[in-house]
Amino acid sequence: MCFALAGLNWACGSKPGRANRSLPRVKPAAIDASMVSKVTGTIFFHGDPPHLPPILMDKDPACVKLYHGQRAHVVDGEVNSNGTLPNVFVYVEKGGEQYVFTPPTQPAVLDQQGCMFKPHVLGLMVGQVLEVKNSDPTTHNVHTLAKNNPQWNISQVPGAPPLEERFLHPEIMVPLACSQHPWMTCYLGVTSNPFYAVTGSEGTYALKGLPPGAYTIAAWTATFGTKRRQTTVGPKQTIKLNFTFGAYP
Amino acid sequence: MALMLSLAITLITILFGGMLIWKHAWLPPAISTIAGPIDHQFTLTFIVCGLLFATAQVTVAYLVWSQRSKPQSERHHALHGSHTLEGTSILVATVLLVALSATSYQTWTRVHWTGPAPGALRIEVWGEQFAWYFRYPGPDDRFGPVHFNLMSDSTGNYLGLDRQRDPASRDDIVTATLGVPVDHPIELILRSKDVIHCFFVPELRLKQDLVPGMEIPIHFTATRTGRYEIVCGRLCGLGHYNMHATLAVMTEPQFKAWLLRMAAEQ
Repeated sequence: MCFALAGLNWACGSKPGRANRSLPRVKPAAIDASMVSKVTGTIFFHGDPPHLPPILMDKDPACVKLYHGQRAHVVDGEVNSNGTLPNVFVYVEKGGEQYVFTPPTQPAVLDQQGCMFKPHVLGLMVGQVLEVKNSDPTTHNVHTLAKNNPQWNISQVPGAPPLEERFLHPEIMVPLACSQHPWMTCYLGVTSNPFYAVTGSEGTYALKGLPPGAYTIAAWTATFGTKRRQTTVGPKQTIKLNFTFGAYP
Repeated sequence: MALMLSLAITLITILFGGMLIWKHAWLPPAISTIAGPIDHQFTLTFIVCGLLFATAQVTVAYLVWSQRSKPQSERHHALHGSHTLEGTSILVATVLLVALSATSYQTWTRVHWTGPAPGALRIEVWGEQFAWYFRYPGPDDRFGPVHFNLMSDSTGNYLGLDRQRDPASRDDIVTATLGVPVDHPIELILRSKDVIHCFFVPELRLKQDLVPGMEIPIHFTATRTGRYEIVCGRLCGLGHYNMHATLAVMTEPQFKAWLLRMAAEQ
């Protein structure tokens, strides 16, 4: 486990321009790697899955061509065949504030592929590099619609080098849009700790390396709202925490 | 020197006059029933304005040439103080411009201020930064209400329809291509989601602004099958250059099959 302590003091709920000034300095506590626990679970969906309409990409023939006569479908509201939800951002909303974490040195990678953002939901830490690629044969325009962080709006032609940006403050969630293709949207979960995960085709998640303590775990979805559950984690435990969403939040 | 200047003015006049005469080389083919009157008005305007332009230029060229040998102090007598000449010029120009306005007004009202022919197919045209969407009313011939809070391109609800709660919305067909049958009257209802856009199909000779909060009707009948570009004719933001769609003019059976295919995709 590499939850090294550092001088960085990223803290939840901070506002732009006063991230370090307005919050009390906390004395970083060390995490005993031999005592950490894990929270795992599955995100279930009950009810009729929503109808996912096709995405109308007609305005850009380069995008249409990528699908060989087929149409891409909407991702928000997607339900896995096993009745679970993909693209759920699960994270520690409260708890563990006494610890300070350094962001990973590896960038979080977002690609524009098939005139869609991939992945659709991505987690990263404050200060971590976000790398945005354009694998499409058409120009995209990456526009963050952040509220707690500065917005940026950058065009990216085919073959252009990846964009690299960082977020300075935690924010759940930062929508990303493409000004060229109005259907393109994805969501970034920017956290001050490394305890987050995004569900995939099995609808499961795992938050590893949690030091003992009381936590609020939140599960965010683009379509069905956000749910929260409290749990207390002891040393060297694996706790199962499932969430269930319905058709309407 | 005066002779060269006179020749240059004449040559410029001939060059620009030639471009006017060759106007058909740079106008796209006309594919609608309203294109005839529009092109006629276009030609008439060019002829009248072209003649005025040529007359003025030739007069300037003649004066430059004819006054070249006179002393500087005498040259201004050629025109100065000729109220008859000035009055006649103003009168002729006024009559011509008023006549042009009267004929263009007739053409304009025929296109924009009269209703479509009976049995016209109604289609909603929606502009947004930076895409076009089109809505067909479906078998019930009614458009369902639009809920602006439900509009979301990323969820595929481009026009904010509530198909579960609004019965009239259930059979509405939303597309990103404007498909129309050939030789069939079409009524477009232009609406904007955000800023002012402009629906422009040069081949139809049809151009009309979309204003947020307004429903602006226009109509046309396409006379030739094919695919034509719909562009936004009003600078509407960063991606304006990329705001275009396709007008697909099809035969009646092709159109019916296309619309059924689009309905199945909803």
